[in-house]
Amino acid sequence: MNEFAAQHPILIVALPKIVVVLFVLLTALAYLTWFERKVVAHIQARWGPYRVGPHGLLQPLADGLKFLFKEDITPAGADKFTYFLAPFLSLSLAITSIAVIPFGPKDFSIFGQSTPLAITNLNIGLLILFAITSMGVYGVALAGWSSNSKYSLIGGLRSSAQMVSYELTLTMSVVGVILMAGSFNLSEIVQAQQGFSWGFVPRWNLIGAPFPQVLGFVLFFTAAVAETNRAPFDLVEAEQELVGGFHTEYASFKFAMFFMAEYSSMITVSCLATILFFGGWLSPFPQTGAWVWTHYIPAAAFAIAGVALIIHGVRYLTMLGRVVLPVLGLVLCGLAVLFTRPGVPDFVQGPFWFLLKIAMFIFIYVWLRGTLPRFRYDRLMTFGWKVLLPLAILNVVITSLAIVWTQK
Amino acid sequence: MTPQIAIFLVLAAVAVAGAVNVILQRHPIHSALSLIVVMVALAGLYLLQGAEFIAAVQIIVYGGAIMVLFVFVIMLLNAGEEERQNLSRLARFVGVPLGVVFLLEAAYWIARASSHMAQSSPQAVSTRELSTLLFRDYVFPFELTSFLILIAILGALVLARREDSD
Amino acid sequence: MQRRSFPGECKGVAALSFKGSGGIVVPTSYYLLLSAVLFGLGVVAFVFKRNIITIFMSIELMLNAVNLAFVAFSRAFGQLQGQVFVFFVIVVAAAEAAVGLAIIIVIARNRGTLDVERVDTLKH
Repeated sequence: MNEFAAQHPILIVALPKIVVVLFVLLTALAYLTWFERKVVAHIQARWGPYRVGPHGLLQPLADGLKFLFKEDITPAGADKFTYFLAPFLSLSLAITSIAVIPFGPKDFSIFGQSTPLAITNLNIGLLILFAITSMGVYGVALAGWSSNSKYSLIGGLRSSAQMVSYELTLTMSVVGVILMAGSFNLSEIVQAQQGFSWGFVPRWNLIGAPFPQVLGFVLFFTAAVAETNRAPFDLVEAEQELVGGFHTEYASFKFAMFFMAEYSSMITVSCLATILFFGGWLSPFPQTGAWVWTHYIPAAAFAIAGVALIIHGVRYLTMLGRVVLPVLGLVLCGLAVLFTRPGVPDFVQGPFWFLLKIAMFIFIYVWLRGTLPRFRYDRLMTFGWKVLLPLAILNVVITSLAIVWTQK
Repeated sequence: MTPQIAIFLVLAAVAVAGAVNVILQRHPIHSALSLIVVMVALAGLYLLQGAEFIAAVQIIVYGGAIMVLFVFVIMLLNAGEEERQNLSRLARFVGVPLGVVFLLEAAYWIARASSHMAQSSPQAVSTRELSTLLFRDYVFPFELTSFLILIAILGALVLARREDSD
Repeated sequence: MQRRSFPGECKGVAALSFKGSGGIVVPTSYYLLLSAVLFGLGVVAFVFKRNIITIFMSIELMLNAVNLAFVAFSRAFGQLQGQVFVFFVIVVAAAEAAVGLAIIIVIARNRGTLDVERVDTLKH
């Protein structure tokens, strides 16, 4: 088997990784919708999906089935090829960007072939991410135009103009990080943030030498929220203003594709934010001396979650809940036990902290949506060009000066 | 048939097909989409030769900015389909065969002239080398192009502004 | 059996080549021929199309063909100046596209048509 693996690396190494990542990503997308509805609902003092399965956990499944069975209409006079191309383009570009993201430091081996915890490890990974983001404008622009409807056209044009404008700030705000790390390679950017100053403060780019990239992070996140057309920059898909913006005339599955593309971009941006500014898969605790017990934090977290689920589940309202929730809790407890086996905590550290940070950013995304009011379009464009872009350029200038200063 | 030649043939076929499609399509938006395909294929070819930064810049600038501008203008001006034109008989029976003959002859002479240019095995050119060259030896043209872009922005703004009669 | 480096450790294009295979790569003439074909197709589009935006796009196609030739020569001679020039060509093409499209917008507004055959008042 090992010789077969050595001769067919793409089949044995790359393909399983792609399949696993795709599977996890699509499931995460589905449950991201559930998460968002629950969090926004609780912010608005209501329950959110509660009936479809225990705690509404089967709601994404119900939504998916609804999308599949809805009638698929095509507006009269629509440019058929472009109408079909636009959601496909949006979704495929959004999902492709996960390919360059590293999830952990350690290589693991499949049948003797050692491979890193990422689908690819490109030297220009960050540039490729920006290239994919800049191509994402087409999905929106073509969707708006090909629907042959005035709401769609205005929504599409506005949305693409917004995306193109905030793309500039997005790329400029990252230049500080690139200068500090000296590479476009995402794994190297994370590795440049290793180490702890004064023994316990992690040297992440947010708070690291020579110039803490706080301004860069704020600019990056704001521009990313605008780039993914999320609240408070979601004027173009607001029901109150534009009926639906560029996806007004899209039914069932094509609309679901736009939906999935948006959430997928959210996940990609969260991954990027953690890698660039928050140390990616690095643990916030030092790894030496008395701090080694922090290696068992994943196990402890899973154990607590599992036990809480079991205790809550056995007293749940419906029969289904009383079965499903404790089973989920048992699975989590099983994973917690697995994480205490020798050799496993080392391996699980990286992905655990990475996923925790991503979850934090996704929560911030949903929090912003539930809390802030929408920008008006002209104020949105003014903000992007007259406030964010000059600040991004200022960030680049100050970071370069700081680097030159400290290198003397 | 090494993997590199196979990849080259696939990308070249895509590029040529896209370019032919630019000519054959009647609606300008379809021509624009075909041109985007050509540009992405060319970016792949740059990657194949090890010019990774240029490949990324090609997608970001050409594919993500210039062609977006084209698509915007096509949408704004509401450009419609062209009428079908038929090639004249001269073009069809003399022009196309002559074109093919010329192509074959060009292929022969190009192959002969460049046979001595042995290609080294492609290593990726790091961005660091490229930027060292750009910011040390060619810093003056670099600053000039930034000036040029400023002029272009001003020109586009002034030209496309609607003349409001007060 | 030559040792292949697998996609998982790809740090760039080098991973795609057979290590130590003696330089079996794509010959320069292939790239130059492709560049010539694309340039020719650009010229054909320039001559035969009637929509002014499509004509403008054919100019971009010609510029891309030239870029490909530059990168191929840069690789053949081992110098990076070719890629620097490609960088400048891309930037200048962007500036030119912006101004050119602004001019097209003005023409379309004044003449009401995007057909070059009809913008011929200087002829008569």
